[in-house]
Amino acid sequence: MTTFDTTLTPADLKSDISRLFRKKRLMNFALPAAVLAYLAYVFVAFDMAGLWERASLDNARTLVSDSYSYKTHVTRDNRSGEVTVAIEGERKGAYPDGMAPDWVALGETTVIDLENGHSVTFGSEAIEYAIPGYGTVRAAPNRSAGVQAELPPGEVPEWISVSKNRLAVTTKAGRLTVTRNRAEVFRYFAGWELFFFTLDSPYYGLGAGELLQRAAAGEGVAIFREFWTNKMWRHQDVAWAIAETLLMAFLGTIGAGIIALPLAFAATRNFMPLRSIRFAMRRLFDFVRGVDSLIWTVVLARAFGPGPLTGALAILVTDTGTFGKIFSEALENVDQKQIEGVASTGAKPVQRYRFGVIPQITPVLLSQLLYFLESNTRSATIIGAITGGGIGLLLTQAIITQKDWEEVAYYITLIILMVMLMDWFSGWLRRRLIKGEGGKAKRRPRRPEEGGAFLLP
Amino acid sequence: MADLTAARPGIEDIRQHYIAHTQRKRLYGGILLAVFVALMAAGFRTANARNAGSFADGFTRIFDYPAEVLAEAAEKAAQLPGHLVDFFPALVETLNIAAASTLVGAVFGTLLSLMATHGMAPWPALIPLFRRVSDVCRAIPEIVIALMLIFVLGGGPVPAMIAIAIHTAGALGKLFSEVNENASLKPVEGLTSVGATWAQRMTLGVIPQVGPNYISYALLRFEINIRASAILGFVGAGGIGYELKNAMSWGQGRYDEAAAIFLLLFVTIVAVDQLSGLLRDHLTHGAKA
Repeated sequence: MTTFDTTLTPADLKSDISRLFRKKRLMNFALPAAVLAYLAYVFVAFDMAGLWERASLDNARTLVSDSYSYKTHVTRDNRSGEVTVAIEGERKGAYPDGMAPDWVALGETTVIDLENGHSVTFGSEAIEYAIPGYGTVRAAPNRSAGVQAELPPGEVPEWISVSKNRLAVTTKAGRLTVTRNRAEVFRYFAGWELFFFTLDSPYYGLGAGELLQRAAAGEGVAIFREFWTNKMWRHQDVAWAIAETLLMAFLGTIGAGIIALPLAFAATRNFMPLRSIRFAMRRLFDFVRGVDSLIWTVVLARAFGPGPLTGALAILVTDTGTFGKIFSEALENVDQKQIEGVASTGAKPVQRYRFGVIPQITPVLLSQLLYFLESNTRSATIIGAITGGGIGLLLTQAIITQKDWEEVAYYITLIILMVMLMDWFSGWLRRRLIKGEGGKAKRRPRRPEEGGAFLLP
Repeated sequence: MADLTAARPGIEDIRQHYIAHTQRKRLYGGILLAVFVALMAAGFRTANARNAGSFADGFTRIFDYPAEVLAEAAEKAAQLPGHLVDFFPALVETLNIAAASTLVGAVFGTLLSLMATHGMAPWPALIPLFRRVSDVCRAIPEIVIALMLIFVLGGGPVPAMIAIAIHTAGALGKLFSEVNENASLKPVEGLTSVGATWAQRMTLGVIPQVGPNYISYALLRFEINIRASAILGFVGAGGIGYELKNAMSWGQGRYDEAAAIFLLLFVTIVAVDQLSGLLRDHLTHGAKA
């Protein structure tokens, strides 16, 4: 309560209040100004101005368009005259000999229909690309003379690049590249091709209805196996990777909880009478927490090699420190009366802990474990990328190739779904296990001094 | 309602019920524990089988690497201060990434949380949308956005900053909206009655109430973000993590550099932890007084 000093003159009061106002006003401007000044410094330090020049818009375009579309390559070997059709130009996605999608007519001269009047012809002597509204681009690749390109009269448009040894035409319908050794046409389609079955599978191209019919006729296992062993999308490996990531989070979090609980008793004022041990325990927790999970990951990866176990141990070690701190704080706040009550019935020490202490800290313990389980799913993705295990590894591998963006998009979707699912699951379990918090009762806000979700990484 | 006319159950009945109940509870507890232990054991075996090195082998070698690093660092102890100075700019970069992303994330998190709280949202119909947005932002691991942005923008601190900022915005958006739920709406109503705009209502009516809690949460995020930016550096986003990766890939002979980086990182994290702990204590207790 504020008490008014009656001896103050109005002039004193006024000067007091004006000083307060000046201070507040200054703060109101100084704080945003400091933040802005800092951001300006960061802007310079990070060289944001130069960022735009270094940014590659082409890369951005490839990334976006590749993540939802695929391209089919039609390639002619100019020496043998052989024509192959392959999705994404990969061997795994190649059409078997003599087979081609319906927009490619194989034969003596191969005709590739790129729609809207665009069409490319691979003749025995020359390659022709008929472009509506422009004319026909003709190229006769030759071992000795290079690529002899003939363009319609007039200026060469910017979407055609032509030199002695190379001709490249990029239109909306597709892309044609001719070099001495080969001619290649890309045609783009939306979607993730071969997601369910690869071309060599007997189930490729069948509709969902027919697949269901066949599954009902007893082919269900075979159909699933074809899908599961898809060489292009590797569903089996991806499922294993997700399982590994979840396993890392689960083993790490629960293991840390199991190890931290007994240690936490040794770090509390009310359960550990020996000051030196208490102090040592607390410093141990601080040390383990202070050595960042990055360092633990690096050190453990040296000892255990890449894999999910390393990731699980890295999470375990880091979180042991955090849990130790949270649990010991919770233990210091337990009500001594319950323990005395249990002791008065003649309970032995173990029983006193079991019935007097543990029930009191179970809510904190469980809710922290579940919070960390959720956030560690995310950490496990990142740790997996460093140690080499789980979905994080698949993701980094796919990004490093810089062309499998559709796979990257697939993995990202899976990761987000996985994390959101874990978030929902841990929230559901928390509400079920900790009664009183669930139901319609509105939750109190977590305040810092209550521990709460405060150390959540 | 209890049937008052029925005969009261005898003590023996109650006792039997109680014992049956306790036994059932113990049985369920036992089954749950057994399933749990089995799950842990199976999980450990799977992880062990899929790992390059087994637990039994690696366990004895945990301290080999730290010992090597420390031995080499001790040998070249004279160079350690030099290395600390050399790597200090990288540390500053890591701290800058964390601080800038916390600031940017806090600004967007504030907006997201205000848009997602009943009574404060300017468009109440869009509250579920903004909630989902912050959920998705929170669910995306930083590494995903960082790696994609590195491909587009090239390596450096900016991709890491954006990636961490997005995650921070989602995480703080959720925490802030929990704080908002408990703020009094009376100042907002008062401001509405004098014709204040939405921005004025929020800055004058809501932010002063929730400010200390916001700052306390943001400080906590800052601690977390330092760790995150160190890790992202390791996958190519600059800062101390990148230097650590380089020092490590040189292998033996450069372990003194690795030791210097370990030391810098450790001291920074402990110092920031302590400082922000003190500040948060001050904030929350100051707010209560």
